Amino acid sequence: MKPPRFEYHQPSTLDEACRMLSDLEDAKVLAGGQSLMPLLNFRLARPAHLIDINRLGGADSIHERDGGVVVQALARQAQVEDSPLVARVCPLLTAAVRLVAHRVIRNRGTVCGSLAHADPASELPAVLLALGGHVVVRSTRGQRTIPAAALFQGVMETAIGPEELIVEAWFPASGGRHAIAEESRRHGDFAMAGAVRAGDNLVLFGVAATPVLADPGDPARGLQPSNDLEATTDFKLHLIQVLTQRVMAA
Amino acid sequence: MRVNGKDHPVPTDTRRLLSDHLRHDLGLTGTHVGCEHGVCGCCTVLLDGAPVRSCLMLAVQAEGHEVTTIEGLTQHGAPLHPVQQAFHECHGLQCGFCTPGFVISVVGLLAQHPDPTPDQIEEGLAGNLCRCTGYASIRRAVVRAVELSPK
Repeated sequence: MKPPRFEYHQPSTLDEACRMLSDLEDAKVLAGGQSLMPLLNFRLARPAHLIDINRLGGADSIHERDGGVVVQALARQAQVEDSPLVARVCPLLTAAVRLVAHRVIRNRGTVCGSLAHADPASELPAVLLALGGHVVVRSTRGQRTIPAAALFQGVMETAIGPEELIVEAWFPASGGRHAIAEESRRHGDFAMAGAVRAGDNLVLFGVAATPVLADPGDPARGLQPSNDLEATTDFKLHLIQVLTQRVMAA
Repeated sequence: MRVNGKDHPVPTDTRRLLSDHLRHDLGLTGTHVGCEHGVCGCCTVLLDGAPVRSCLMLAVQAEGHEVTTIEGLTQHGAPLHPVQQAFHECHGLQCGFCTPGFVISVVGLLAQHPDPTPDQIEEGLAGNLCRCTGYASIRRAVVRAVELSPK
């Protein structure tokens, strides 16, 4: 398996990256590559241009702002996992990132990349939604903030425009009661279903096209998770009940 | 890019995967290629000391970085690396296809947790697949590698 042909670009500044995204037709941003590279290897994605942002300077910090944690575009998941700041301010994010694949994947994978990829079974979009966080995206036209509630629009579909790039994600502090629980066939696999609690908010993932806010009293209401090789619809509906009980007991 | 202590130019073909570059261009066939989508762990190498999947990186991305493959863990003719020695002693391999990936992952695990708990060992091994051993002997090899590693 080899990636299809693409033209490779390595911008060294954010401005340059934004210019490329605006000028080039059919371009994809390559950050950690832990989701995009498999898609390229399988040729499920065939972008004409690949914009590798790994050489951008000063885009990998994790810092505190407005009572929450800012995670910049190139901060690796392993960096977030090991961050004492994240553990102090937003322990829910620390707990969640440990469930993302395996450490070897987290050494490359980025938090912002995971949000941009928006896999329905992914933990980090659900955490951002449960906490009411946001992402900041940038293009040649300027910068805008997209709240989590407006970010995830479908399976691997987001409100981020083709010429926009996530520069940072902001996770509010997980001060109150919080928990994340998921079930997968093997540790590190994509979850068959998962639940995140942040205060009174309950978010389910892996059971719909996007992470969804749910009512803790009746979490499965309106949900019809798809049958797949790993779990039937009925089993996922069962998991929703069990996982909701687990996180609400936290 | 520096591979096992030697400088090499990056390939001109930008879609060359790091795994293919190591094997086909540099002849370092100890890095194995299994699934080519990051699941099996066979192609794991160290990038600046941290384990990564070489099938999920373009070779050009390694420019300016230090790559260590299984061939680079110890000098030719020198004693085995403690993790290799431990796999040898504990029969942590049968067919050997997955072994380079396991060894590199365990080197990374012990760099992160020099004295890992049983849970940390299980989690550290979870990203690599082995069809032969049933993992028990690999788990034992990690415990032995801790004993053999210089403190």
